[in-house]
Amino acid sequence: MTAALRAEAVSRAFGGVQALSDCTLTAAAGQITGLIGPNGSGKTTLFNILTGYERADSGEVFLSRARITGAAPHRVFGLGVGRTFQLTRIFPRLTVLENMLVPARPPPRPGRWRPLAGAGSAAQRRRAAELLEFTGIAGHAGALAGTLSYGQRKLLELACVLIADPAVVLLDEPAGGVNPTLITHLAARIRDLNAAGTTFLIVEHNMDFVMGLCDQVTVLNYGTVVAAGPPQEIRADPRVLDAYLGGAGDGSAGG
Amino acid sequence: MTAGAARQRAAPAAGIAVLLAAVAVFPLVFTNATVTNFAVVTLIFVACASAWNLFSGYCGYLSLGHAVFFGTGAYVTGIAARDWQVAGNGVFGLLPLAAAAAAVLAVPLGLIALRVRRHTFVVITIAYFFIAQLAASNLAVTGGSSGLLAPAPGYAAATFNNPFYYVALVLAAGTVALSWAIRRSVLGLHLRAIRDDEDRAAGLGVRVTAAKLTAFAVSGLITGAAGGLWFYFLGQAYPQFAFDPLFDLAVVLMAFFGGLGTVAGPVLGALVLEPAQLYLTLQFTNGYLSEILLGLLLLVVLRFLPRGVLPTAAEQWARAWAARQRAAGRGPAPPDGVPAAGSPPAGGQQAGEVPAGGPPVSGAGS
Repeated sequence: MTAALRAEAVSRAFGGVQALSDCTLTAAAGQITGLIGPNGSGKTTLFNILTGYERADSGEVFLSRARITGAAPHRVFGLGVGRTFQLTRIFPRLTVLENMLVPARPPPRPGRWRPLAGAGSAAQRRRAAELLEFTGIAGHAGALAGTLSYGQRKLLELACVLIADPAVVLLDEPAGGVNPTLITHLAARIRDLNAAGTTFLIVEHNMDFVMGLCDQVTVLNYGTVVAAGPPQEIRADPRVLDAYLGGAGDGSAGG
Repeated sequence: MTAGAARQRAAPAAGIAVLLAAVAVFPLVFTNATVTNFAVVTLIFVACASAWNLFSGYCGYLSLGHAVFFGTGAYVTGIAARDWQVAGNGVFGLLPLAAAAAAVLAVPLGLIALRVRRHTFVVITIAYFFIAQLAASNLAVTGGSSGLLAPAPGYAAATFNNPFYYVALVLAAGTVALSWAIRRSVLGLHLRAIRDDEDRAAGLGVRVTAAKLTAFAVSGLITGAAGGLWFYFLGQAYPQFAFDPLFDLAVVLMAFFGGLGTVAGPVLGALVLEPAQLYLTLQFTNGYLSEILLGLLLLVVLRFLPRGVLPTAAEQWARAWAARQRAAGRGPAPPDGVPAAGSPPAGGQQAGEVPAGGPPVSGAGS
C-alpha cells in the first residue's frame, strides 16, 4: 500500500490553540480515505496544510515520494492534487463553462509563447463539456455560476477540479447541506473516479456517506489522530465512539 | 444557425469598421480647433480608462495610483526630448520609451503592492502617487516645481491638432483592441477568476501573482505612452498636473460609468465624461464647478447604475426583448447570447441519472 499523499508529524498552532499536534495521515494510492472528527478537531487545517493554503509549524507533506512541504497552492495543484472547499467556492461572475476553463492548462509547448491565445482550446472545451455531463450540470454551461443552486455549485466545484486530471482529490464536506438524492449521485461519481484510479481524501460528517464509501478512515480529535483503520473497525472502536460518535453512531454527528 | 452565427460575427465587425472610418475622417470634417483639441484629450483618456480597466476592472484590484505611470510617461518624454534635443515628429518616437519606462516601473511597484488586497492595495497605490509627485517636485532632473517644457511641434496653426489626433487614435484603438484580446485570453480568464476568488484561483493552478503583475505592467505601459503624448500635446509638465489626483478619479469614474470590467464600458465613459468635463471647464471659468458636477454624476451612477451604463442597458434590453417575444406568443426564450438563469435543466438528457438541474437539487440549499 503506497501513499499517494501523506502528512507526517504535522503540527500547527493558531495563537494559543494547538489546531494540530503531531498529526500523521496517509491517503493510500487508489483508495478512498475518510477523515472524520468533531468540529474544530483540525480537519480543514490539515487540508489547508496538505494543499499549500497554510504552512505547518513543523512536520512534512509528501506527494508520493516527493516532499512538497510549504509548496504554494498553484504548485500543489500542478503536481496533481485537487481540492474542494467546505464552503463551496466557485467563480460566480464567470459562466459555468468559463469556471471549467480556469484550471484547464494548455500543454506546455516550448518555444511557443502565445499570451493572447483565446481561453479554452477545442479539446479543453470538449473535456469541460464531458465533465459537466458526468457531474450532471451540462445544461447550465452557459449560465453564470452565481445562478446555480447550492448542490449544483458543489458539482461544479468537483468538475472544475477534475478537468486537470488530478491523481489525488481532497473533498471538504462534499455532502454537507446536500439533499439525499444528490448525495447518492455524488457517491456514485466518486466511486466511478476511484475505479478509474483517482485517490480520494474526504472530510465528511455524514457517517453513512463515509462508512459506505471509504476504504480507510482516520479520526481526528483535538488535533491528534485517535484512530485509523477500515470503516468497520472504526465504527466499533471505543475511542472513536467516545470522541466523536457519542456512543450511538446515529449517522448525524456534528453539523 | 450558421447564418445567424455568421451574422452575429459580421455585425460587430461592420460596426467597428464604420466607427473607425468615422473617427479617421473626424478632424477633416470638424476643423474647429477647440473640437479637435477636445477630441485629442478624449482619445488619450479612452486609452487611459481602457488601460486602467484591463488591470483594475478585470482583476478587481482598484488602483488609485495610475497617475504615477501617466506622469512618468510625461516626464520621460520631456527629459528625453530636452536632453537629446528631439523635436517635431521625433517626439512621437519617444513614446515607446515613455511606455517602457512606465512598464518597468510597474514591476517593482506591483510586486510590493500586489502582496496585499482590497483597501490596503488602494492605500498603497495612493502612497505611490504622492511619492511620485513629491519626487517630481524635488528632483533636479524633472525641473522641480518649475516643470518641463516640451519642444515646439512647429505644425501649421490650422491643422495643429491633427498629428496629435492620429497618434492618439492609434493609441486608443490599439488599447481597446488589446483590452478585448486580453479579456478573451487565458490571462483575461485568470484575471476575472482572481477578481471572483483569488485563493480558489491559486488552488486551481492559476499563477495569480504573474497574472496580476502582467496586467499591471501592461496597464502601466499604455498609461505611460498616453502620458507622453499628453505632455507633448500640452507642451508642458508640472508635478501637480502630470501627477494629478483628478486623473485617477477621472479614469475610475469613466470605467465605473460605462461598466467596470467590460471592454466597451471605459470607452463609453471616456467619450461621454471627458468632453463633458472639458466643456464645463471652458464654459465656467471656475474649474471647481465641473469637478462638483462630475462628483454628483459619480454619485448618481453608483446609486442607480452600480454596474455601469452598458451592463445595465444590456440587461434592460434583454428583458424588454424577452417580454416582447412573450407578448408575440413565441415563448419565453431569451435572445441569443444572453445567459439566462432559467436555461433548460440537464435532467431531461440523463435518463436514470439524478436530474441535477431538477427540483431535488434546487431545494438542496434550503
